[in-house]
Amino acid sequence: MAIKTFLESIRDTMHDEMARDERVFVLGEDVGVTGGVFRATEGLYEKFGADRAIDTPLAELSIIGIAIGAAAVGMRPIAEIQFADFIHPAFDQIVNEAAKMRYRSNAGWECPLVIRTPYGGGVHGGLYHSQSIEAFFCHSPGLYVVAPSTPRDAKGLLLSAIRNPDPVLFLEHKKLYRSIKGEVPDGEYTIPLGRADVKRAGSDITAIAYGAMLHETLNAAEQLAREGIEVEVVDLRTLFPLDRETILTSVRKTSKVCIIHEDTKTMGLGAEVAAIISEEAFGDLDAPIRRVTGPDLPGIPFNETGEHAFLPNAEKIATALRELARY
Amino acid sequence: MINTATVANIQPATRDATLSVTREQGLELWRQMVLIRRFEERAEQAYTEGKIGGFMHLYIGEEAIAVGALAGLNPDDDVVTHYRDHGYALARDLAPNALMAELYGKATGVCKGKGGSMHFADPRKHFWGGYAIVGGHIPLAVGLAFAAQYQNQPRVAVAIFGDGATNIGMFHESLNMAKVWNVPLIILVENNQYGMGTAVQRASAVPDMITKALAYNIPAIQVDGNDVLAMREVMLNAAQNARRGEGPQFIEAHTYRWRGHSMGDPQRYRSKDEVEKMKTRDPIARFENRLLEYARATQDDFARGRAEVERVAAEAIEFAETSPFPDPAELYTDVFAPEVTNG
Repeated sequence: MAIKTFLESIRDTMHDEMARDERVFVLGEDVGVTGGVFRATEGLYEKFGADRAIDTPLAELSIIGIAIGAAAVGMRPIAEIQFADFIHPAFDQIVNEAAKMRYRSNAGWECPLVIRTPYGGGVHGGLYHSQSIEAFFCHSPGLYVVAPSTPRDAKGLLLSAIRNPDPVLFLEHKKLYRSIKGEVPDGEYTIPLGRADVKRAGSDITAIAYGAMLHETLNAAEQLAREGIEVEVVDLRTLFPLDRETILTSVRKTSKVCIIHEDTKTMGLGAEVAAIISEEAFGDLDAPIRRVTGPDLPGIPFNETGEHAFLPNAEKIATALRELARY
Repeated sequence: MINTATVANIQPATRDATLSVTREQGLELWRQMVLIRRFEERAEQAYTEGKIGGFMHLYIGEEAIAVGALAGLNPDDDVVTHYRDHGYALARDLAPNALMAELYGKATGVCKGKGGSMHFADPRKHFWGGYAIVGGHIPLAVGLAFAAQYQNQPRVAVAIFGDGATNIGMFHESLNMAKVWNVPLIILVENNQYGMGTAVQRASAVPDMITKALAYNIPAIQVDGNDVLAMREVMLNAAQNARRGEGPQFIEAHTYRWRGHSMGDPQRYRSKDEVEKMKTRDPIARFENRLLEYARATQDDFARGRAEVERVAAEAIEFAETSPFPDPAELYTDVFAPEVTNG
């Protein structure tokens, strides 16, 4: 078992899968010679050549559209959108073409496409290099949305995503790339899409998070454990479709819920998770469901104080969890 | 077939052995270029010291385009730029102190620290900013030009971006509509030969950006972007044509970016030799030679000018470092207009 960063895990997984399956190729802006702006595709150009590590023009709509076409006839494209903030010109291709391909063709065509993209704040990226985009795409059935939080999960989920016969939006929180290290099992393994994971067991409160916020939530849970409050931390991992069973099992055990995400609050993922719990486990709740999220604002400011004020962190989460424990 | 007659619609810049500006104007253009360079060198230093964070894209080596282009415009002509925007903001006379403070994310920044390097803006100066989505601002510029036409105002709008942005759909849709509606738009493409780390010939089906303008029947010209006076002249001509109702005009300025795409760029896509060779075409040094030769400028003029620029850049750093960070409550300002009753 090797210790790898989140970034290395993703990079190595692409190396392995491209070596195993010739149908797999990567395309995107500066993914070839430069090896990607975050170096996620480093070495692919040298190892597999310009035909399989393809530098594209700055043209997100076409990057995705072309990948969809290739996927429909049996290729396994991994398209990189350099920053999630840049994905919107391709929204039409993803929502209207990729997500509907199977449904509209009586399963005559598939779309085994992976779209990898770094998202999220915390690196002073400012207005257009910090956004969370998951809520837009979780409203597009036909498309899987995945957001791993650990190097181990990143490998297993990326392998599943590449081999999955339907399109997957694979969201990589850019703050995790180099800041999070962890054990990654050697050899091949997959983690099924649509399954959440209990990252920490606890009996008093269920905290539901994903991506970078998973780590802030674990830190908060650590603080509360020292105060005698046991928080169970559920990592959603796949954002659409949601793993209702894991969510509800935990809620029935603890009876108190806090949902944490960095994305803005209104119509964010937390709203759907809360609705599922209200519908299915209302009688099990001992307290109103809490949400700790980014505020409803147009963007994350560049400056340090603004970014800090915007983003949830372990302290803010711990405060909410304490209030919930006292309820 | 390319309509070569269209290409000639903008008169080429004069290449004679005189200056097309007065001595004072020439020294002012020189001062602006030197200010941009020193401002950025100081910002670069502050970034490497960890005082500035995030993503920062330097304009060093390309100064003549911003300075020459804006010298050919009226102060109320609308300017919309890409994210490599420091040079344009300084050439539009935005205060160096407020710009440096913005790089530091301070409350005294031109955008109160919300924007940072890529998003400088000051609508009072018709400087609509710094846009970080490649090509995303081109339709906005068409809209600004449309409004000037609709309101029968003599303003022109200028959309500025790099060669990389000419490959994105928004560019093509915008050029087409601008020409169909014949709006007073000037498209200024800085061809610095690389879209981030991808050389222009690896990303664009045609090597000359003007070819794309001609596809939409927009008159286009290529110019040496490291020649500040040539830049000024082509912009003067383009603005005159657009202002008198001749519709969109296209300028392709050739230049070279001395630094990486952004601060963290290892530049594997080009050789050090190439960079060193291109540095010999330094727009500032070249213009100094012309000023010495044709404008009776002296080394004393330059020494005085450099000392003055040094003082301005140092003061900007001092101002930025001693300014406060914004109050966290500032996060919630400017989301919607205040006291609007919806209904």
